[in-house]
Amino acid sequence: MDLVLTEEQEMLKKMASDFLTDKFPKTVVKEIEETESGYSPEIWKEMAELGWMGLVFPEEYGGVDMSFLDLAMLLEEMGRACLPGPYFSTVMLGGLPILDAGSDKQKQEYLPRIASGEAIFTLALTEASARYDAAGVEAKATADKDGYILNGTKLFVPDAHIADYVLCVARTSDGAKPEDGITIFIVDAKSPGISCSLLKTIANDKLCEVVFDQVKVPKENILGEPDKGWAEVKKIVERAAAAKCCDMVGCLQEALDMTVAYAKERKQYGQPIGGFQVIQHYCVDMFTDVEGARLSAYQAAWMISEGLPCAQEVAIAKAWASFASPRVMALAHQIHGAIGCTIDHDLQYYTRRASADGVTFGDASFYQEVVAREMGL
Amino acid sequence: MNFKFTDEQVKFRQEVRDFLEGEIKQGLWQPTCDAWIMAHDPEFTRRVSAKGWIGLTWPKEYGGQGRSFIDRLILTEEMLRYGAPAACHWFADRQIGGAIVHYGTDEQKKEILPIIIKGEAYVGLGMSEPDAGSDLASLKTRATEDGDDYIIDGQKTWTSGGSNMNWIYLVARTDPEAPKARGISEFFFRTDLPGVSTSPIVDITGGVHFNEVFFDNVRIPKTCLIGEKNRGFYQILNQLDYERSGMERLMANYPLFEALIQYVKETKRNGKPLADDPVVRSKIAQLKIELEVGRLYMYRVGVIMDEGRAPNWESSMSKAYGTAFEQRLATAAIEIAGLYGQLSPASRLTPMRGMAYHSYLSSKGYSLQAGSSEVLKNIIAGRKLELSAR
Repeated sequence: MDLVLTEEQEMLKKMASDFLTDKFPKTVVKEIEETESGYSPEIWKEMAELGWMGLVFPEEYGGVDMSFLDLAMLLEEMGRACLPGPYFSTVMLGGLPILDAGSDKQKQEYLPRIASGEAIFTLALTEASARYDAAGVEAKATADKDGYILNGTKLFVPDAHIADYVLCVARTSDGAKPEDGITIFIVDAKSPGISCSLLKTIANDKLCEVVFDQVKVPKENILGEPDKGWAEVKKIVERAAAAKCCDMVGCLQEALDMTVAYAKERKQYGQPIGGFQVIQHYCVDMFTDVEGARLSAYQAAWMISEGLPCAQEVAIAKAWASFASPRVMALAHQIHGAIGCTIDHDLQYYTRRASADGVTFGDASFYQEVVAREMGL
Repeated sequence: MNFKFTDEQVKFRQEVRDFLEGEIKQGLWQPTCDAWIMAHDPEFTRRVSAKGWIGLTWPKEYGGQGRSFIDRLILTEEMLRYGAPAACHWFADRQIGGAIVHYGTDEQKKEILPIIIKGEAYVGLGMSEPDAGSDLASLKTRATEDGDDYIIDGQKTWTSGGSNMNWIYLVARTDPEAPKARGISEFFFRTDLPGVSTSPIVDITGGVHFNEVFFDNVRIPKTCLIGEKNRGFYQILNQLDYERSGMERLMANYPLFEALIQYVKETKRNGKPLADDPVVRSKIAQLKIELEVGRLYMYRVGVIMDEGRAPNWESSMSKAYGTAFEQRLATAAIEIAGLYGQLSPASRLTPMRGMAYHSYLSSKGYSLQAGSSEVLKNIIAGRKLELSAR
């Protein structure tokens, strides 16, 4: 146990931080948020050239062969920078599931295109129930000659409007349990019958409603085993939750740093407000929350890197981050005072993202229940 | 970055568990909350000493085991998990030995460390005074030089371990003219001396673990001075990092947590186990989440100590966090037990062996002793966030 970043991890983090700080001043983030696509194809290409899309892919698929924990460093810096765009969707929700469950042919076909920045991916899992459990999956895929016909409506699908491929989770048969009979399909997003509309969200990110209406998918586009896809979906959600925690650590750390800096600079009653004990203690409360988020997120990411079972550790990390983020942001605003409540202040980018992050890939209550089950309750 | 315990550490944890479970099976003691500070069992301490588990991190040349702080966290975590009666040696092992290794003379190391390692030094912590609590540097107890001796006069209070001690660790003023933090020294001496008297303070649980201690013209040889004269306050700041960094700041109540889990599994309400109630499940899971994050703060402190760095803000964070967690644990246990939660350990109907009742009361002191949470937050704000008053 050392709990410290390796030199390589520090370097990767620093490099990411430098790049993202340079490319994504808040003026740029704002511009991108206001576009329909929600990303900058030019910077996307540069990120691919840095090897970020294929960071954890083996070299044979155009990757850099680094670990999930290394990827966590990137995600933290992306959270810090409020990176807009489909990185998370493409890598966490497209690339890693294919690397994990794909056939050799699928890996050869898709991973190099992800690594090169050519293909954007996403995952269509949640529906009207807005749940991350199997019972929430009602979309149906019916076998038809040499393929399947997909029907259903997916909600909260990130970046589907710009995606080249959508991993769609659908029900292919009825089983004894909701977890039975679920299959993951790699769907070409340009297939006839797919329609996509943007939802208006608090983070101004690009979540979509995606309707599948008689969409044909060839049989060879099944990811993993037919009818037994739920085990892989669980892994995808678990990994994405851990990744989201790392993203949140960056977001919350930046909110803390901004707040402490402001407390040192803002003067009232003839002194910096950071001199007042109540403000100091608020800052320490924020810091304690952020450190808990960091330690638990790194622990989860490390366990995924090591291939260890970590349902409980991921649940702890995400529950913590989801509970901590509104507390941290509330204090950040309290200390910033009125200026922090203006649209022109940078703090609001973090406030909005922290809110969305808290519920994405499982909110605190969802993971409390996971922990309870893991405890044998 | 690595979160893994080594194979030796996994084995060591198992060895400690086997030892403690064996003790419980033999009926030698019952797990209780606060056992590390309340349960004095000289026989248990002797057996722990025989295992080589006192002075685990001290250099081998002084009879220690030269092991890591992570190892010691593992040892103490298991002691707390099992609610083992370790109060006789806890303070000496936790902070006095370390202070002597760090600041003591060679003679002191050779004389005192073996006594601690044998588990024979029951130490009282003579720090707070009636008018010097959080503001410890205001202490008034005097140590006046007289030839080869010091004469101690004054009063300590909230002296942990005071009713059971045969040694005391004392901070006293050696230069009344100097600015208050620069005239303080540390002493360590036996308490069976003329002029030392104690008076127990009954705490809100009805128990006694702290005392008033009076010094009336107590003569001690100069060899009892630890470290440098008048530098005591600065030495303490370092020692407090150790005092605050222990697992007892997170797991003093741990036997209650296990009892609570068992309670919700076994207790039925409306024909269904409490463990099926979503509100109860959420409360228990939240405690588990907070406990596990607390362990990460704690182990981080161990890692820092093993690197030879002082965990000066990290231990403040882990202590402030851990003690607040323990108060939430006790509160949640009382709430879940409902009306039964108010029953004292003496009641035949008391749930969870009376531990919820006990911990609810005893945990109020956790966030005060060894640095109030407010003082700790000041430390973190000042040392890490660089926020300072005026």
